[in-house]
Amino acid sequence: MTQHSLSPRQYLILALVALCAPLGDTCLSRGMTNLPSIGLKHPAALIAAVFTPWIAAGIALLIAFFSSYLTALSWADLTFVLPATAFGNVIVALLARFWLQEPISLERWAGIALITLGVSFVAQGPSRTELAVESTVAQESGKLGTR
Amino acid sequence: MTNHLAAAQPGLASAAAMIAAIVLCSTTGEVLTAAAMKSLGDLDEIRARSGLTGAIRAVLTSPLFFLGVFFLALAFFALLLALNHLDLSLVAPASASLTLVTNAIAGKIFLKENVDRRRWAAALLVCVGVYLLAH
Repeated sequence: MTQHSLSPRQYLILALVALCAPLGDTCLSRGMTNLPSIGLKHPAALIAAVFTPWIAAGIALLIAFFSSYLTALSWADLTFVLPATAFGNVIVALLARFWLQEPISLERWAGIALITLGVSFVAQGPSRTELAVESTVAQESGKLGTR
Repeated sequence: MTNHLAAAQPGLASAAAMIAAIVLCSTTGEVLTAAAMKSLGDLDEIRARSGLTGAIRAVLTSPLFFLGVFFLALAFFALLLALNHLDLSLVAPASASLTLVTNAIAGKIFLKENVDRRRWAAALLVCVGVYLLAH
């Protein structure tokens, strides 16, 4: 029995949620490490940072992430969408390994395994609480004869 | 950790405070936006009915959404600030993994989501996994 029925389009949105976030974060960190130290006394420097190329690219990716994330939240639970988001880190790590030939340490392989296991747990369950309640109600009403 | 950065590293307390600020702001923001989206209903259906502008209008007329975005923006600037003072290999895994657990707790309490054993287990596994992967 499948406990959640997502359409291909909804899987596509979850994939966008997963991929855009880590790629955007990578751009941001690349942009920020190039900048001189910014303190609390100069908050304007943070605003100026927004207009440097890597940070602008990071923000564009994060906007794509955010719009697909909002769409996903409109039909799925927060505790369902978030592990899917984390799975993007696994995809990016694997891309870096097999496409950019970057080595992956044993620790990071362990991280990949744990995230994949966690996401598979969530994916087996319902995507939305109301649906879970409905299926419980259906089960309960099926048992009504015994009460 | 690179040596040229080590001299500029802040103490444990201020590092913890910076990470706590990110986690607190992003959990608050995510729970509020999730609540806003849940109250709107399926955005794909709204888009099918009244087009992309209709869907954008539905989101932009939700006060809860703006409150959520306000906290997410705070979390974003807290992240930029922390990235400027701490190693990415500490900030990213620590804030991302802690946020997963705080969101599972907040999702259960405030959004009344059915966080069953599967989802608790997933939150913990993914939390440790994200930390190991990004570290």
